[in-house]
Amino acid sequence: MSDTETLVRDIEPDDGLGAAKKTLTEALLYLNAVTVTFDGFRALNELSFTVDPGEMRAIIGPNGAGKTTMMDVITGKTRPDKGDVFFNGGTTDLTRLDETEIATLGIGRKFQKPTVFESHTVLDNLRLALKGQRSALPNIFRRETAAERECIDAIFETIRLTEHRDRLGGALSHGQKQWLEIGMLLAQDPKLLLVDEPVAGMTDAETAQTAELLREINANGHSVVVVEHDMTFVRDLGVRVMCLHEGSVLAEGTLDQVSANERVIEVYLGR
Amino acid sequence: MSTSETRPPALLTTSGLVFLGVLGAAVVLVPALNLLTAPDSALHVPTYVVSLLGKYLTYALLALSVDLIWGYVGILSLGHGAFFALGGYAMGMYLMRQIGPRGVYGDPVLPDFMVFLNWKELPWFWYGFDLFPFAALMVLLAPGILALVFGWFAFRSRVTGVYLSIITQAMTFALLLAFFRNDMGFGGNNGLTDFKDILGFNIQADGTRVVLFVLSAVALGLGYVLCRFLVRSHFGKVLVAIRDAETRVRFTGYRAENYKLVAFVVSAMLAGIAGALYVPQVGIINPSEFSPANSIEIIVWVAVGGRGTLVGAALGAVLVNYAKTYFTSGLLAPYWLFMLGGLFVAVTLFLPKGIVGTFYDWRARRRASDDIPGAEPAAAPKPAE
Repeated sequence: MSDTETLVRDIEPDDGLGAAKKTLTEALLYLNAVTVTFDGFRALNELSFTVDPGEMRAIIGPNGAGKTTMMDVITGKTRPDKGDVFFNGGTTDLTRLDETEIATLGIGRKFQKPTVFESHTVLDNLRLALKGQRSALPNIFRRETAAERECIDAIFETIRLTEHRDRLGGALSHGQKQWLEIGMLLAQDPKLLLVDEPVAGMTDAETAQTAELLREINANGHSVVVVEHDMTFVRDLGVRVMCLHEGSVLAEGTLDQVSANERVIEVYLGR
Repeated sequence: MSTSETRPPALLTTSGLVFLGVLGAAVVLVPALNLLTAPDSALHVPTYVVSLLGKYLTYALLALSVDLIWGYVGILSLGHGAFFALGGYAMGMYLMRQIGPRGVYGDPVLPDFMVFLNWKELPWFWYGFDLFPFAALMVLLAPGILALVFGWFAFRSRVTGVYLSIITQAMTFALLLAFFRNDMGFGGNNGLTDFKDILGFNIQADGTRVVLFVLSAVALGLGYVLCRFLVRSHFGKVLVAIRDAETRVRFTGYRAENYKLVAFVVSAMLAGIAGALYVPQVGIINPSEFSPANSIEIIVWVAVGGRGTLVGAALGAVLVNYAKTYFTSGLLAPYWLFMLGGLFVAVTLFLPKGIVGTFYDWRARRRASDDIPGAEPAAAPKPAE
């Protein structure tokens, strides 16, 4: 890539519903023509999209559409065969970095299966995630500061787990683990949160609360990308929706626009 | 609920204090009963028992070092005997140099085995070992540097689980074969033995034996406090997090490989100290210390005592080795290895948290039913993977 012009997003805005073309320098996250192949199977096929600073975006799509692979590429777990992945207005090429470096840059990820530190207390889970010193040797002598304690208390309020702080992570219910993991992301204070199926296995009430929680997080200035199958939840989020299919973007727009799209109905929603 | 002042866990827990108390009592009683009682008294502790107990304590320190990385980081090292042996060889080389002209061949510089092999000069890597501070430094550096290099490659390449265990076995086996060779210059098959003095004191004397025992107890106590300090720090919490969910740790921004490396090197150095204290008490170091079976035995000690409890590792080492001494000196001697294997299977099946881990669980349940209804058992590590 020699100049910025060639990095302008080249997918067609979906029948006028999509936003205007975003340039590399405006986008928080910029994917251009990303292709990932596993043993001949194209998990991602020339996938291109951008996420603006402060934006929340929902991603839907059938199984095997490449949603999780997309997150793997952004977080450095999988290297793309070709294509560009840039962060922070094109300043950082994510394809050259590993998971730890990308996490330090400010991209947090919640896994599909809730992953918390099971033999640590809920409080220690947040302490470990809290933004701060990450090197091994200084952490031998580290002490918690008052500011850090306040920050953790605030997160406890947000994720509604205050009364569970001394329980073990492994003893929490499924839904509570999901929230704890979101809380751990918040503690990392990332610019961008990638959230994979946050409401899988949750009750309706928990689902609604989670939507509220994510909206709150987004309102506080974090960009969020949510992958979810639960359409009620996606509606609750009330954000731009993107439908992936066979590794590329099928449609993009409001939920109503996307769910009215003929091809989306065909491959994903069903008639 | 207000901002709760959650205090960090105490450096010394009740069980830790009991452990250090028992060690302290041993440090006072064993020397007193050896040196101050008449040899025919019923209370007399013979010197060979003092050295035997001292040997158990060095094994306990070795078990502690393995528990630090297996119990808290989930690294199942089946090659820790190598670090123990390297520390032992460093001490053995110092002791060999102290023999001086008192060897069988009477060479003022060359140890007997070198004269026997017709060597004319001391190999370069034997230089400096006549000085105790240098040898002491090597006790830490030789295992430490091996662990650093080995861990650097293994952890960076993300070798984990059973694959890591296998290459640690390969490491100690390779060293076993290397040290067997006479050309290596470490006494080959026979190893290093026939020691006379340590720091000018006769190594056979009761007083020296007692001091070595006391030093072993002190090293074990300090090693325990060091491990406790590490595992309760933020660093230690990251270690446990790596054990339970390494990927999550990476995505949280920690370099898991660096944490593993620090823990691995510290552990190897502790094992080296254990080996250095072991050698003067048993009077010999030879390549059999590198044998893979030795390293596996350490795992049995830790599993029996309770993985991830530190105190349990030390207790397991002493108990299993006491059993070994007891059973290998009687009619049951030919069956000891079957008993050891059976013990490991039995512990894995019926006591997966080991003696101390099971005790902690029982105590937590009892407290939970006494005080706070619905409280959960205290943080106990998961059973062995």
